[in-house]
Amino acid sequence: MRGWGLTVYAVFFIAFIYGPVLILPLFSVNDSNFATFPMAGFTLRHYAGLWGQKPLLDALVNSLKIAAGVSVLATALAVPAAIAVTRHRFPGKPAVLSFMMLPLVIPSIVMAVALLVIVLRFLGIQLSLWTVAAGHVVICLPFCLSVLVSRLEGFDAALEEASRDLGCSPMQTFWRLTFPLAGPGIISSLLLGFIISFDEFVIAFFLTGTENTLPVYLYSQLRFPNSLPGTLALGSLILVASTALVVLAEVIRRRGVQSDNPGDL
Amino acid sequence: MVEVADTAARAGLLGPRRGRDPGRRREALTGFGLLSPALLLMIAMLALPLAALIVLSFWTQSGFTLDRTPTLANYWRLIEPSDREIVWMGIHFHLAYPVPAILIIKSLVMSLTATVATILLAYPMAYFLAFRVKRNKAAWIILLTVPFWTSYLLRVFSWKVVLGFNGAINSGLMSLGIIDQPLDFLLYNPGAVMITLAHSWVSFIVLPIYVSLEKIDRTMLEAASDLGDSKWKRFRRITLPLSMPGTISAALLVFIPTVGDYVTPELVGGPGGTMIGSLVQQLFTKQNNAPMGAAVSIVMMLIIGSLVLIFLTLIGYWRMRARRAS
Repeated sequence: MRGWGLTVYAVFFIAFIYGPVLILPLFSVNDSNFATFPMAGFTLRHYAGLWGQKPLLDALVNSLKIAAGVSVLATALAVPAAIAVTRHRFPGKPAVLSFMMLPLVIPSIVMAVALLVIVLRFLGIQLSLWTVAAGHVVICLPFCLSVLVSRLEGFDAALEEASRDLGCSPMQTFWRLTFPLAGPGIISSLLLGFIISFDEFVIAFFLTGTENTLPVYLYSQLRFPNSLPGTLALGSLILVASTALVVLAEVIRRRGVQSDNPGDL
Repeated sequence: MVEVADTAARAGLLGPRRGRDPGRRREALTGFGLLSPALLLMIAMLALPLAALIVLSFWTQSGFTLDRTPTLANYWRLIEPSDREIVWMGIHFHLAYPVPAILIIKSLVMSLTATVATILLAYPMAYFLAFRVKRNKAAWIILLTVPFWTSYLLRVFSWKVVLGFNGAINSGLMSLGIIDQPLDFLLYNPGAVMITLAHSWVSFIVLPIYVSLEKIDRTMLEAASDLGDSKWKRFRRITLPLSMPGTISAALLVFIPTVGDYVTPELVGGPGGTMIGSLVQQLFTKQNNAPMGAAVSIVMMLIIGSLVLIFLTLIGYWRMRARRAS
């Protein structure tokens, strides 16, 4: 009996976490300018209306550029750091690692104003997409590092010792052994960094200059009731794209982990 | 994304345990070498900005002039007593500038409520996943993880569409003939903020709780049953205490960022649902008092930090109890 109760609960739970979000695509194909029941009929005109809106397309291109750059840079920094954390012993490791994980527990508004202060008041740099990207690298790094650390812990360090014993240089060991084995982790780190940066709003809102990223553009549209249908359509497209990326990242990472470590998460 | 919670929680307990070897110094140097690019970036873009924020909080701003003489004036202003009395939620404030104090207390209460709601909602789900799901676990985990990674902004916005005056619930109930006037108490209040926060973070917290349940030694549960414990008693005496440390550390990862959340109160909070993040934003922009904004941010972080220490002590206590139980 209790088993059934929990199953019912699980179904309700899934409905709760997905329900509100699915409202957006539902109303985005509704033939009305309001997000209200009863539904008026199917239409794709809100999607068609998005095409050709230059500010939106500019914001999209900006976000794609920032997200791509940020995910590559954050992953490139996280790979050696993850190797250091999992394969080397050095003094002060807990403190260093806690420091690197700090962005996870600092409210993003504090990160945003702190970066704003140093950029504007101490360095005197103009706000631009570059300052947004810089902020995004900081918040992506702990996530990339976590994914890579758990991947590197997933396979036996003895393999690398064996490779060194058999005469491989550290670089050879890295490129021929560590890199391919960590591959799924690297790919999911890239995808995660991309998604986090692409979706991030608060830091972009504070640190951007005259140009918008997609979430900043979206936020500016949320205030106008007239642009609601377009916002719903745009939001639905973003949801579909980021869901696809997340599922891809998770599937790749899990497949990678499961193949050598059955039963592991 | 359980490894995030995991790595954060057991920072430093990682890495292969090898015996002492003579190359240890070199190993440490290589370790630091590999770590240095990431570490330098974090120092430049996390530690220095936070230091700058602290420095700024000791300066003062009046109008457009920034006075760089170090002073505690901003901090004093936050606690400066006054004869004027302001009552908020039954609490009497005798402060000259009560807004930050009220908003900090309000943010802490709202965020704590949302965090508790998140745990209560997520725990049965995690329990189901750990003890009932036998096949397709990976699919369930992905299903639960995905919402957390889809745009935070959109998840918050969707609640605005659901709860709004002309929103899904109101129009739905009206077209069903259950109500004839839209309910105006759904959106723009602290309740809407807390529901939205709980919804946004619940998919983040299920996995860490699941992991702490999954780690429990099943033979212990069998032993309890064999020795005559009822299912409920077994849960209360073994499962709950053993899963408590993981649950609390997961709760911290929800509590800390939600106190300073900016998007949710802005979009669904209305005037009554403002939190401390909105004040920080206003001080830095409209009110043009960045030093005060810096002081408020730092006080907020200090308060969160001391609350986290209390939580962590609690975890230590639960761990000790769990060890005694096993």
